[in-house]
Order: sequence, then structure tokens, then C-alpha cells
Amino acid sequence: MFLSAAIWLVIASAFALIASIKFHSPNFLADCPWLTYGRVWPAYTNSVLYGCCLQAGLGTILWVFTHLGLTTLAQRGLVTLSASFWNLGVTIGVLGILGGDSTGFQNLEMPSYATLFLFLSYLLIGFWAVITFHQRRQRALFVSQWYLFAALFWFAWIYSTAQLLLVTFPVRGVTQSVIDWWYSDNLQVVWLGLVGLGAIFYFVPKLTGRPLYSHYLALFTFWMLILFGSWGGIPNTAPVPAWMPALSATSTVLTLLPLVAVALNVHWTLAGDFSKLSAFPALRFIVFGAAAFLLAGLMKIGGVLLDTNQLLHFTWFARAREQLYIYGFFAMVMFGTIYRVLPQLTGTELPWPKLMRAHFWLAAAGIVLVFLPLTIGGIVETFKLANPAIDFVTISKSTLPFLRVSTLGDLLIAAGHVLFAANLIELAHRFYKAKMAAAYALATADLFKTAEVKP
Amino acid sequence: MNYGPVIFLAAFFALAGSWFGFVLTPQMQVGHLQQTNTIPAGALYPVARPGLARQGLDIYRANGCAYCHSQQVGQIGTVCDVLLTDAGTNQPALLEALLKVRQDGGQPLSEAAAKQLLAALPKPVLQGVTKEVADTAVKALAVGDAKPSLWLVPVGSDIARGWGLRHSVAEDFLFDDTVMLGSQRIGPDLANVGVRLSDPKWHLLHLYAPRSLVNGSTMPPYRFLFEKRRIERAPTSDALPLPAPPGYEIVPKPEAKALAAYLASLRADAPLWEAPVTVPASVPPADTNAPAGGTAITNSAPTNPPAK
Repeated sequence: MFLSAAIWLVIASAFALIASIKFHSPNFLADCPWLTYGRVWPAYTNSVLYGCCLQAGLGTILWVFTHLGLTTLAQRGLVTLSASFWNLGVTIGVLGILGGDSTGFQNLEMPSYATLFLFLSYLLIGFWAVITFHQRRQRALFVSQWYLFAALFWFAWIYSTAQLLLVTFPVRGVTQSVIDWWYSDNLQVVWLGLVGLGAIFYFVPKLTGRPLYSHYLALFTFWMLILFGSWGGIPNTAPVPAWMPALSATSTVLTLLPLVAVALNVHWTLAGDFSKLSAFPALRFIVFGAAAFLLAGLMKIGGVLLDTNQLLHFTWFARAREQLYIYGFFAMVMFGTIYRVLPQLTGTELPWPKLMRAHFWLAAAGIVLVFLPLTIGGIVETFKLANPAIDFVTISKSTLPFLRVSTLGDLLIAAGHVLFAANLIELAHRFYKAKMAAAYALATADLFKTAEVKP
Repeated sequence: MNYGPVIFLAAFFALAGSWFGFVLTPQMQVGHLQQTNTIPAGALYPVARPGLARQGLDIYRANGCAYCHSQQVGQIGTVCDVLLTDAGTNQPALLEALLKVRQDGGQPLSEAAAKQLLAALPKPVLQGVTKEVADTAVKALAVGDAKPSLWLVPVGSDIARGWGLRHSVAEDFLFDDTVMLGSQRIGPDLANVGVRLSDPKWHLLHLYAPRSLVNGSTMPPYRFLFEKRRIERAPTSDALPLPAPPGYEIVPKPEAKALAAYLASLRADAPLWEAPVTVPASVPPADTNAPAGGTAITNSAPTNPPAK
């Protein structure tokens, strides 16, 4: 599961690069309908979200449940099978988007023939995860389990609602957009938030060897996140009754509470002891993720509060925030998790620890290079959009220098992904080789035994 | 302690709350919208797009046009203009009223200029004022059969840019399936592109070669929606007026024609009760019954009126 998440990441970064290069030269790959920007971009977001984020998130859920519950995974074979069905679904879905079968709903572009695979395999994995959770031998719950258990249930509900009401029996008019915003925001803020924070609250104490500063603060974060995080996402220019954007903006501002709680908790748990950061590179990823979570959350709140011209959310600023959240926060936390979990799970050393360090620096630099220029570019763009005397083409041309820098960031991130995937593939290779060798040794030992008995 | 059920219930109720708020309520409020009437003409709005444009929506969706183009016009507020169409019979009283109105409205006028203005009706007498000021002005000017009227003018940078006359409302998308409002403006807003550029031929040429029409455009060309064909007997009528290799012509595929028809059909400028708008006051009106805010009739619009 983690491995396929890594492979999806490499594919996704290839899409991201193609999409990014289109801004350098609009004619790049223009004659191939499968690779036009409007198809490559959703293919990228979907491979990142469903191929990487959800998959790595599910892997983390299963691992934390078995580890904290001191139990083994229920129906391991079935879960593995469902995971391969999930990957099949993502593959079909991404190909469907490239082939022009997108549903047109952002973050839900995969055509219905792919989503069926996704939903069923999610249900199966989720079901056995819940059984695993139920069978735990350590009855007392750690706060991470709260986060992950709620997340399991959350996706099943939002995904089924969105699919049923948007694709299977589409509702009329702008209700479609409202449901799509609701889904996207719940997926990103709540699902990714719950899983990412669950992992942070598990690994930061584990890797630093200190207890989590406050259990209650973490529970408070949980409640605030599910209460206020689930109402955001409706932009203020939306052609809907005015109470919806207003309510959405209010709850977004209130997500400041969980943000502050996370910041304090992580800060006090680390307690200024940053020596562990160099000792455990996996922790670096996770602490970076926590910082990105904060910054992206603050950008979202700031965007709602300061967007007096109602233009900011149409600019690259919004894209910068989303990339920082999905990539800087969630993916980074998942990298840390995977680097920590996989060697332990397989009993194999990480083949090239140096590549992991290189991956961290590439990814961190890449994110900064994507996020900073797009944020600045977005703010500049907002001011220009507010002035009707400036021609639109001039504005869109003036964003190009910022986009060029961000392509460099995309390139660094992609290079990081290649290192990451190489490390994992080599690890899997060694693991299976060792397993085969062990099996071979066992088999040959048997053979020798029987051979010895025979004469 | 076994908190499993507690977590489940917590998540269940939190999510149920948000589901109720942003799925069920919008569906009850907006999902059951009916056609409404434009004001003051009373025409049904919206009307379904013609078949070809409807097919074009699918091409728009398949190629992800919405990732670069929004279809939501924003509006910061509404200001009022007062227009005088007929001076009526009591000229001196009107002149006096006009001077006072301009004084009160913060736009003082000399007597000679006021006389000039009255001689060349219909003319706007107050521009960009609040509803209260405009209402008082309309009352004050209604002396001796003079006909003042109140005009509502939405303002905002999108509107100043010419992207629409008013902000987008839920009714504009009543018959569209899939609704694609877009989230980013890498390209211009398209909510009213059919008003600005109503000729499908322009759109075809622009899709094939954006930079031939818009200098410096960052839009990628959509040449795969066209085919290069050998000219049979005579050039086809819908071939693009572009230089092609001798003996060949560039012809839009059905997808391109549908997409161009869809783009040309995009117009969301009908004046509605939720989004009152009257044409700029410099244009002499055909009908002086301009809507005065919320007093206009409608019974089929459950949407809240925008904050004034």
C-alpha cells in the first residue's frame, strides 16, 4: 500500500510537471487531447489525493490500529486484495480523466466506473480496520486512535453522499457546486486533517521519547476540528444564498482554535529539544508537516478575513494554500510515517538512509519554492484584479514569472519522489528477496531432511 | 475504558450537522428552484440552452475548461442612479428641486448647467448615490408630472471589467448539469462571455489559435478539436479563415462547434429580483418602471436578497 502510494506520487509529479510547463509555453503537448491542461491537472490532483494521500492514510490507520491495539490485522489477505482493487480504481479513474470522462466536479473527477472500485475497496479496508480496532488487546485508547477511527467513518459518508448526489442521481443547479465544496472541504480539512494529526500525535511523542504534552488539548483539537472543519469551503462569490458563504467563513475562522491547540501541543511536546530532529530524519518530515498544517490553516483563515474584494480565492494564492496543505502537511507527515514504519514492518533496514535525508531537503525546498512564489503572485494578482484599468491579459502574463519559479519547485519535489520511490522499491526488493531466501532455506532444509530420512 | 462508541457518535453527529447544513438545506432551498421572471420584462428565466450548446457543456467538462475559467461574477454592492425622463409642466419648481437634490446628493450644480440638463432629457441627474438619497431625490423631483426614476447599478471590479452586469445567482445555473463554477481565474470569467463575444465563429478561431485573436493570451490551443482536411470540390463553408497548406482546409469537428455554441450561449445578465440591475442610465429607457429594490413582485424566489 505504501509502495503504491509512492509510485502514484511519481506519476502525479510527472503530471504536475506537465501542467506546470504549460504555463511556460502554452503550445507544449497541445495537440494531444489526453495531455491538455484541463485534463492533466485533475489527473494530478486525483493521483495525489486518491493514489497517494488516501492510500498512505489508510496504511497509517491500519498500522496504528495494530500497533496501539497490540493486535494483528484482521483478514490480512482480504485487505491486501482490497488495496489492489483501490489501485485498480485509481488507475482506471486517472485514465478516465485523461480520456475526457471527468465528472467535472473538483476533487471528484473520477468517472463513476472507477469510483465503484474505490468505494467498495474503501468499505472493505475500513470494515476490517474497524474489526481490528475492535479486537484490540490494549483497551485504553490513545488520542491518535480517536482521530483515525473518526476519519475511517468520515470518508465513507462524504464520498457516498457526493457520489450519489452528484454523479448517480445528480441534484439540480448550484446545489451541485455546494455539495462539491462540502465534499472537498471535508475531505481535505477533516479527513486529511484527522489522519495527518493522528499520525503527528502518535509519532512526535514516539520519536522524541517524551509523552504528548496534553492529552486533553489533543482531544479538544479533535472536537474542534470535526465541529468547525466540516463547514468550510464555500467561496464568497458563490451564486448561492448569502447565508452559506457567511456560515462557511465563520466556521473557517473558528478553525483557529484547533490550529492553536495543535501548535501548542506539538511545541510543548518537543519542548525546545531539536536534537532529536537530526537523530531521526523521519521526525523532520513530521515536524515540517505540523508547521505546514499551521501555516496553511492560517492562510485559509487569513484568506477568508482579508478577502475584501472577493478576488483572492480566484488567484494562485488559493492554489498555494492547497499545495502547502496537501503536500507540505499531509504528504510530508506520510513520508515520515512511511520511513519510520516500513523498516519496522518488514524487518529490513532502509537501503539508502542518505537518500532519505536528500529527499527531505529536496521536498522541503521544493514546497517552499512552490508555495512562496504562488502566494506572493496570488496577492499581487488580487490587487491587479481589483483594478479594472489593468487589462486581464496583462495580469495573467504578470503571474508567469511566479509560475516559472514554482515549476522549479515542482521539479525538486519530483526528484524527491524519485528518491523516495527508489528507496521503497529497493526495500521491498530486499524484503522479498530475504523472504524468498528464508522460504528457500526452509524448503531446502525440508528437502535435506527427507533426503536424510530416505536412505 | 472503551471510547469506541463515543468517537463514533461524536463523528456521526458532527458530520450529520454539517450534512444537514450544506447538503440537505441547500437541496431544499436551491435544489427546488423554479424558473423565475425577469424584472421588469417578466420573461421566463432561465431558458434551457439549445441542444448544440448543451452538448458543448460536455466538451467544456471533458477538457476541464473550468480549471482556468470561473463562471461567477462578483459584486461588492449596488448604487443608485436617478434618471429624469420628462420635465413635466412645472419647470421652475423642477429646476429648484433639481438644484436642491444635487446639493443634498453632494453633487452641486450651477443654475445654467441645470437648465442645460433639463433641456436635454432624458438625463441622469444623480449618479452613484445610496438608496436613501435616491429615494428622497425621486420624491423631490416628482413635481408637475416630471418623471424621475430610480436605477440600480451593481458595482465591483468584475462588473467594471465588463464581465457582467450583475453578480451571478443560483437561477443562472438552473438547467445546467454539470454546474461548473470554476475556482480559479487563470483565464477571464466566462459567465457572460456570450454577451461580450456572441459569434461562435470568433470562438472557433480562438479555440484553434488563441494568440491570433488575443495578443499575449496564455490559453493553450485546442487544435485537436479541429481537423485538417483536403479540400474536395470547393472549400467548406465553416472552414476557418486561416492559412493552411495549399489544397487543405481547417474544419472544426462537431465537438468544437458544440463548444463554441456553448460559449456563445453563456449569458447571465437578466435583471432578477435577487440581482436587480437596470441598464446604465445614460441609455434612454424603453420602460420607466424600474424595480425599486425589494418592492418588486416575485413568488418563486426563495433565495435571500443580497445585502444592499
